[in-house]
Amino acid sequence: MPEINNFTMNFGPQHPSAHGVLRLVLELDGEVIERADPHIGLLHRATEKLAEHKTYLQALPYMDRLDYVSMMCNEHAYCIAVERLLGVDVPLRAQYIRTMFDEITRVLNHLLWLGAYALDVGAMSVFLYCFREREDLMDCYEAVSGARMHAAYYRPGGVYRDLPEVMPQYQPSPYRDTKRLGEINANRQGSLLDFIDDFTRRFPTYVDEYETLLTDNRIWKQRTVGIGVVSPERAVQLGFSGPMLRASGVAWDLRRTQPYAAYERVDFDIPVGSAGDCYDRYLVRVEEMRQSNRIIAQCVDWLRHNPGPVLTDDYKVATPHREEMKMSMEALIHHFKLFSEGFTVPAGEVYAAVEAPKGEFGIYLLSDGANKPYRLKIRAPGFPHLAAMDEMARGHMIADVVAILATMDIVFGEIDR
Amino acid sequence: MNIQTLQDHFWWPVLWSVLKILVVVVPLLLAVAYLTLAERKVIGYIQVRLGPNRVGIKGSLQPIADAIKLLFKEIIIPSSANRFLFLAAPVLAFVPAMLVWAAIPFGPGMAISNMNAGLLYVLAIAGLGVYGIIVAGWASNSKYAFLGAMRAAAQLVAYEIAMGFALVGVLMVAQTLDLSKIVEAQAGGGFWSWYWLPLFPFFLIYFISGVAETNRAPFDVAEGESEIVAGFHVEYSGMAFALFFLAEYANMIFVSILTAILFLGGWYPPINLPPFTWVPGTAWLIAKTAFLLFVFLWIRATFPRYRYDQIMRLGWKVFIPVTIAWIVVIGIALETPLRVLLR
Repeated sequence: MPEINNFTMNFGPQHPSAHGVLRLVLELDGEVIERADPHIGLLHRATEKLAEHKTYLQALPYMDRLDYVSMMCNEHAYCIAVERLLGVDVPLRAQYIRTMFDEITRVLNHLLWLGAYALDVGAMSVFLYCFREREDLMDCYEAVSGARMHAAYYRPGGVYRDLPEVMPQYQPSPYRDTKRLGEINANRQGSLLDFIDDFTRRFPTYVDEYETLLTDNRIWKQRTVGIGVVSPERAVQLGFSGPMLRASGVAWDLRRTQPYAAYERVDFDIPVGSAGDCYDRYLVRVEEMRQSNRIIAQCVDWLRHNPGPVLTDDYKVATPHREEMKMSMEALIHHFKLFSEGFTVPAGEVYAAVEAPKGEFGIYLLSDGANKPYRLKIRAPGFPHLAAMDEMARGHMIADVVAILATMDIVFGEIDR
Repeated sequence: MNIQTLQDHFWWPVLWSVLKILVVVVPLLLAVAYLTLAERKVIGYIQVRLGPNRVGIKGSLQPIADAIKLLFKEIIIPSSANRFLFLAAPVLAFVPAMLVWAAIPFGPGMAISNMNAGLLYVLAIAGLGVYGIIVAGWASNSKYAFLGAMRAAAQLVAYEIAMGFALVGVLMVAQTLDLSKIVEAQAGGGFWSWYWLPLFPFFLIYFISGVAETNRAPFDVAEGESEIVAGFHVEYSGMAFALFFLAEYANMIFVSILTAILFLGGWYPPINLPPFTWVPGTAWLIAKTAFLLFVFLWIRATFPRYRYDQIMRLGWKVFIPVTIAWIVVIGIALETPLRVLLR
């Protein structure tokens, strides 16, 4: 009798649905998963160590590059950590701007997630529809910070600058006529807030479109219902957070349980699933997009009526105004010190977490009183999720591994750091 | 030398056959090339993008550029592959995809070979295509390719049966295996006298099985881009890959044209009135085929992919029982006065 061996297969790191550089060693019995062993570290960039050698301000752009689909949320956690140690107050308008951009980031992240998930399960078109909407939100990023992804917009003490009064417009090019140019610039005539306001009005119909293609689709349900089930108890034990935890039926959301920024002042619901399978995680995230849209609309409304400062006036932390530097020697010295030595942070330690789109993104910061962190530890939400891969995938088929991996919303920037 | 003396030469039948084959195969390969362009354009517009628009006017020369690129690419043979089978597999997939066209009538009596068992021939040859896929997956000596081959084998066996039963229904009603006669049996009342109406379950099952049989989305588990990378042809490049590609698209056109012939009245116009009857029959057949091909692309742009075991369940537990039950229904109907509805 020939001996029957299990099939061991390398899923990734070069695989169309490995979401970057995951290497998953699958042990297969036919097509059924006997064991799924995730290997990490292929995108390790030593962010934590690099931060120890940079001033506090210079370390901030590294946060964008951790989870590179929810950039501003990462910055937010870092800024809160530094602000807590410094004890500076953030102006209310900056808090609202942060809330609005956190939610724009959440929509950006969930749109990418939805597109990639649908693509992994085989529905191509949703991916491109999601990117159509992402384009508008990326433009908001660009309008406010100059960069479409790695914004570096939040700063300890507030945000880099106020929202622009003019929304950048598409320029004439040989490939589009004036009529088309007018069409695509129609909602960019006013300020950034007008553009975002227009987006919040359009967005619910877009979400309806995605749901038309997926939610009641029989194939979609066959592929997602009952796949990768995690019980609420197990989800808590495994250290899940964010939509992964809420889809299992645990109503835990840092925006509600320990509010930061302006989340206490806005009205929103927290969607909670019941079955803890891939389908529930899909429904929870889709509903979160609708709730984020609600929050954005409320922030837009508040920001329209409440002008004010967006960065703390403590010049030991935040840069003075440009005009002031031309007049005041003191302001010039502050500017020079901030961009050469950087600000010093009192000795102490702090843990600050935000509800990033993927879950609890936390920064543990240890300062010895110098101008650089003594130690920076990042709590990435994706890490415990990926660690549960074996438990979730066992007994399912190869096609389900792809679906489970996609519902975890894995981004290797934050897992490998 | 007039045409009569030409026809007296002993090599005339050979020449005549070669001419007929060229008249079918050259437009077929062009149709395959432009089907790839149509696919990219149609799916592009469904997905709010433009599709290829750089080569030629509005991308019209894109398939030519693709063909030239594939011709000049190196065919890489993995060192652990079985060289002979690895190179034979694309041919095994491509040849049956071309052979089936011998029996397809493009108009009354317009076929390379007017055989009286055309349906049987078509069914037999179409079933051979799977060997190319299985051999490719095995000869590549790659795990992804092997999984793809196993999936393809299981899937094609299941759907071949459902497809065969659907065709049995047609030949019961038409009382012939000759494809031309099957079309002629649908003549008369235009749209309403075609077989899609009395044989509606067979029509649906045949077309869906055809989608599965050609490994198209949502049944494309043998390729399964996001699961097993490219499945059975993951190790292929250059013309070896292009042959699989050609075979797949030729099979798509074949399934569509056969559906048009068997269920949508072949070359007959939908309404038997002057403006429609002026159009030549072959044009109607091409129009029906084009519509069904559009449905192929539409399905691909819309649906998520089935899982391997779900495809099996649909094939064995839904399609085969339904076709068997409907054959019984048709059989009984043919023995009762109800048969006027079917003829």
